[in-house]
Amino acid sequence: MTADVIVIGAGIVGAACADALTQGGLRVVVIEPSLAVSGATGAGMGHLLILDENEAEFSITRYSRDRWNQMAMEMPSSLEYERCGTIWIAAVPEELPLLKQRCAFLQSRQVRAEILDSQQLAEAEPNLRPGLPGGLFIPDDAILYPPAAAGWLLKRAEQRGAAVLTGKRVTHIQAWGVELEDGSRLEAHHVVCATGMWTPQLIGGLPIQPRKGHLVITDRYPGFVRHAVMELGYLKSAHGRESESVAFNVQPRKTGQVLIGSSRQFGVTDARPESRIISSMVQRAIDFMPRIAQLSALRAWTGFRAATPDRLPMVGPVANRPNCLLCAGHEGIGITTCLASAGLVSAFILGDRPPLDPKPYAVERF
Amino acid sequence: MIEIRVNGKTLKVPEGVSVAAAIALSGHDRFRRSVAGQPRGPLCGIGVCFECRVTVDGEPHVRSCQLLCWPGMEVCTDD
Amino acid sequence: MIESRWDVVVVGAGPAGLAAACMAAEAGRRVVVLDENPQPGGQIWRGEDHHWIRRFSASGSTFRGACTVVDQPEPGVLHVVGRNISYHLRFKRLVIATGARERFMPFPGWTLPGVVGAGGLQALVKSGWPLAGKRVVVAGAGPLLLQAAAFFRSRGARLTCLAEQTPLRRGLSFALRSGKRLQAIALLGRLCDVPYRWSCWPVRASGQERVESVTLRQGDRMWTEPCDYLACSFGLVPNTELAQLVGCELVDGAVRVDEQQETTVSGVYCAGEPTGIGGVDLALIQGQIAGCSAAGSLQRASAFFEQRARWIEFRARLQAAFALRQELRQLPDPETVVCRCEDVPLKEIRPHSCWRSAKLQTRCGMGPCQGRICGPIVEFLFGWKVDSVRPPLTPVRLEQLVNRGSAATADRHDSHPG
Repeated sequence: MTADVIVIGAGIVGAACADALTQGGLRVVVIEPSLAVSGATGAGMGHLLILDENEAEFSITRYSRDRWNQMAMEMPSSLEYERCGTIWIAAVPEELPLLKQRCAFLQSRQVRAEILDSQQLAEAEPNLRPGLPGGLFIPDDAILYPPAAAGWLLKRAEQRGAAVLTGKRVTHIQAWGVELEDGSRLEAHHVVCATGMWTPQLIGGLPIQPRKGHLVITDRYPGFVRHAVMELGYLKSAHGRESESVAFNVQPRKTGQVLIGSSRQFGVTDARPESRIISSMVQRAIDFMPRIAQLSALRAWTGFRAATPDRLPMVGPVANRPNCLLCAGHEGIGITTCLASAGLVSAFILGDRPPLDPKPYAVERF
Repeated sequence: MIEIRVNGKTLKVPEGVSVAAAIALSGHDRFRRSVAGQPRGPLCGIGVCFECRVTVDGEPHVRSCQLLCWPGMEVCTDD
Repeated sequence: MIESRWDVVVVGAGPAGLAAACMAAEAGRRVVVLDENPQPGGQIWRGEDHHWIRRFSASGSTFRGACTVVDQPEPGVLHVVGRNISYHLRFKRLVIATGARERFMPFPGWTLPGVVGAGGLQALVKSGWPLAGKRVVVAGAGPLLLQAAAFFRSRGARLTCLAEQTPLRRGLSFALRSGKRLQAIALLGRLCDVPYRWSCWPVRASGQERVESVTLRQGDRMWTEPCDYLACSFGLVPNTELAQLVGCELVDGAVRVDEQQETTVSGVYCAGEPTGIGGVDLALIQGQIAGCSAAGSLQRASAFFEQRARWIEFRARLQAAFALRQELRQLPDPETVVCRCEDVPLKEIRPHSCWRSAKLQTRCGMGPCQGRICGPIVEFLFGWKVDSVRPPLTPVRLEQLVNRGSAATADRHDSHPG
């Protein structure tokens, strides 16, 4: 037996699984066909946030965000973790009731949240356009730099004896382990498939689709943006099923850079940045933050989220696949939710009590 | 000759002079501090390396080697 | 709105671009030439009254200076950006003549103010940078050092040393066999009282807030030379980013072209340094061929083939003669900054297996120069392939990424220089 558990995929989800499993004393081998963190993890924003569209989304983001915040003391500075908080913006007065409803929901579950009126919002983010009706401030949301975060989790796993094999492609998952492209076999008691948007290549019949996103980053302008700022309409863009949408979403990186999102596209597999999408995404940012127009943009890039029909990850055993656990489909919030997913995976394997009810994320729900 | 200000000091430079050259004419060597605080000045001279960035009329991150002086321009080195 | 009244769009107004524009315009095509500099001439003819610039002015080509291409929003369309302009331009034929940039080599102290590119210092001096009475050490590789040194002297600098990493034997045999020996002798004559050292290179620049001296090595001998400027150039790197963005294939770091100077993308031509560092003469020949081809005059293009073959031979000799020595790989110490934008030292980059990994984990190449300085360095140090090109090709203001597409704005910047 090569290992207790083989984890396929060295993105942040695979890294979190390796970290959790080695913490449970298991021998872990991580296998990555490309380079660690070179998929969605290397392309994402790194926002650690609570979302509350439904109880399942709330539980998984709440648990994970709080775990990240607990881990903050141990993180090396390269992770660029910062508890900057999130501000959700109402673009029109009609959105205020929804903000208040969300605020009440969070407060009733002991999540710190407060409503900002128009003036408080302007004081919190002076570069927003004047006259916005208000915002919802969630102070304990945070940001970090995802490649470094995943690299750190992997390194912790390695320090507990895990092996990370990059440049090795798994072609088949078997009950006894995996077969690699070069014909070799690796045996293990369990296989965890943390392969994001590539999952359907290994396990057929799963409703995981790539959902393309664009991001733009600026030069350093410390203080220009202070919180992760998003329009309430982001939820519509994220939860909707339209083939194409953009929403205002900016983040202050610890470097002083401003990270600008976001876009969502189904049905596109070409990874090249599209100037049409960048144009409407940036225009959206300028609509909310007029002075952002003058900042120098260094780079635009894209990534693919692994999207499921209900935007919740698929975590747990797979039908007709003995000893195989799926941990994929984290859409745009895998940087946050990887910790809960990894906790579920390790509870399944070790037979421990799961950190949260696994049912809403079960693979067989589709 | 045109008049500009470099770090608050008035300076007369010939027309057609780049902002980078004007900064050198004002006696400055350091154009900026790197992200780790090291002193930096122009390297490539042709707008590729971004080491000569300064603030011009309040706009940060302007490549001084690629911009000619205009009358009344306010230049601040970032060191 | 997309401006679409051009038959041929030429990017770059150096020798190759100007030659291409002349040939295409003289064949009756409507030609526009874009360049980052306000005036045509490229780096080599900056501020000069060259006969090719005069010919270009008379050719009927349109010149747009102070602008750059940042993206190809769709095939056949370029997104052009200047300080206060941003518009889309459709081309039937595109000639890429984006030239080259200097290759830098990291060694302790190379980030100090006063350590400058040899070509970079020339460009700065031409824009008014004061050099009279300053002590200048020129160091690196290749024939451009000689020319730079002569230029610095003509502007009143005190040249204290010229350090060429190439062994004398190789440099001499190149000079004697090339068509350039008279030029070399003339340059050397103007520099006869300057210590010209072969097999010699800088190992350290020292100073508090700027360079005060440079330590040079020649064989076993090391000594320190006080200076105000250390002008370095370790050869040139082809600017292939635009070609890569529009999808052209590269071979050995240069754009692959066929006999007509056409790239692997149909209707896109490339001439001069992006196809391999070969100097001004080759660039002019290739530019003329590209211009003729883009205008559809294949017959006229073929008249230059023989000349081109000779200069391509010259290019091979040039590249072999001034090839960088292995010892230069040992120059940086673990603390030496390799990525100047993000201050990433060698020791953080070395453990990685490839460029992408180093970028993701150390920020190497993620700053505003987009890896144009450190990319060639890690290629030389580690043999990594540095090939990711993303829009915008150069940093622009965010508002310039928004497509409002007003071609009319560009017209005000059109000019027929001369």
